[in-house]
Amino acid sequence: MRQEEFEKQYELCWKRSALIIELYDKRSKQGALDNKLLDEFPALYRKLCHSLAVAKERQYSPFLVERLDRLALRGHQILYQRRWGLGKKVLNFVFHGFARKVQDNARLFWLTSFIFYGPALIMFALTIVSPELIYSLLPPSEVASFEAMYDPSSGAIGRERESDTDVRMFGHYIQNNIGIAFRTFAAGIFFTLGSLFFLIFNGVFFGAISAHITNIEYTSTFFPFVIGHGSVELTAIVIAGMAGIKLGWALVAPGNLTRMDALKLAAKDAVTLMYGATLFLILAAFIEAFWSSSSTLAISTKYTVGTFLWIFVYVYLLFPRRARHEA
Amino acid sequence: MLDTSHTVEIPEGIELSLPVASPLERILAYMIDAVVQLVILIIIGNVFSLFGNFGAGIFAVLYFLLNWFYAVFFEMFNDGATPGKKAMGILVVNDDGTPVSWAASIVRNLLRFADAFPGFHLFGVTCMFLNSNFKRLGDLAAGTIVIHRKKEVQEVVIKEVKAEAPDVSLLSDEQSAILHFGERIDTLSKDRCNELTDILAPMLKADSSEKRMNKVLAIANWLRGRR
Repeated sequence: MRQEEFEKQYELCWKRSALIIELYDKRSKQGALDNKLLDEFPALYRKLCHSLAVAKERQYSPFLVERLDRLALRGHQILYQRRWGLGKKVLNFVFHGFARKVQDNARLFWLTSFIFYGPALIMFALTIVSPELIYSLLPPSEVASFEAMYDPSSGAIGRERESDTDVRMFGHYIQNNIGIAFRTFAAGIFFTLGSLFFLIFNGVFFGAISAHITNIEYTSTFFPFVIGHGSVELTAIVIAGMAGIKLGWALVAPGNLTRMDALKLAAKDAVTLMYGATLFLILAAFIEAFWSSSSTLAISTKYTVGTFLWIFVYVYLLFPRRARHEA
Repeated sequence: MLDTSHTVEIPEGIELSLPVASPLERILAYMIDAVVQLVILIIIGNVFSLFGNFGAGIFAVLYFLLNWFYAVFFEMFNDGATPGKKAMGILVVNDDGTPVSWAASIVRNLLRFADAFPGFHLFGVTCMFLNSNFKRLGDLAAGTIVIHRKKEVQEVVIKEVKAEAPDVSLLSDEQSAILHFGERIDTLSKDRCNELTDILAPMLKADSSEKRMNKVLAIANWLRGRR
């Protein structure tokens, strides 16, 4: 068939497809699309794809092929876009998906916990034994500012604050802590090394500070302050590190897959873990800004609630969930 | 073709070609976005500084969102393109050509940190030059690709002249080349047209450039099916 006749035969189909695509692109401006029009589209699209295949095969003029190629691509994008269904997905994630994903990677979770808490404990013990070790980690000015934060005689715990600074600190925690978690994750793509670095670095730092505070006997302010939000915050850092290690490990040991495919698959799992870590960190920022810092609550209340939160986090993550019913 | 394009096979059994965006365009788009982000930062900084500590808290949250989710927001709600990408006429899609998904957009933008390491986006840019689709680390992990927005192709009509059969039989790619020439004739200068048709001088049996060009046009008409 000559191109001329071919074009005559399909022109109606192409014009109609172009019209529907155009209407689809403008749908938000002109309200919803007519359903009848939409029902027409899949059949039109199949015909369009067929005509494109024919046009390519017969080497019809490049402009024609390009025109059809563009129509087919837009059609493909419209018909095969991912569904949202956001509300249901979020609920499912909070109640099942997140914990399930952690449990699917239980060994990695414990390993990452060890990588984070191990150096923290070692550093804690070392700093207790030889207190001057803190100064080889931090400059004296920063040590002094930490001391000032948790000085029991200052009245305000955590950071110097008045009541309206809670919101300010909330913002600060969001920006700072979630940023740390995101960096811990992202750096994992360098064959897990970046995540390991951030985990160990933060662990060592946390261990040394805790020991130093213990050494100077500011424990009555420090531990009641950190126990509450620490449960979600430290666990979130572990999970972010876990996601990063997963990403990097796909490149180190891709198994039967190509490295690229292994990376893509690992990224799917890892991003689910990151949703959870982010959720935890937002929760942590709330607790840290509006609960941990409160100076009107009794220390025993803070310890009780803090302990409860730690138990809750681990039960939430590790209590067996029903098998996934939906991808 | 020499153009950088990424081919996707779709369920309908045909292949679509995605025109891959070049690193230079992406760097320019990135710079535009950096300026846009800076402007937004200055505006929200000034507005929220009026509200004391409360404002500082909100500002920190917004700063965080601007820092990490600026691109995610635009990629999801602006057809895969941040303002910078829109200005450069490029957009992000999944590897299979469909609009970028939430998870993919989040992965590619979180990994921006790794791409930026250790400075001047060294890893990201190096990575772009090490694979055929100019993907940075974030694109590799997320399974996304940055492509040109395809412009609507205007209908082109080959000038109608009396059709003539070619004197020798042509292979299909040769036919395609002549058809394409017929379609582009109005966008080329006369000299360039002559130059191109002169290449065919041995097979055209026409003595002047003018005649050769008319002959090629006539063949294009014939190939198109006009008689």
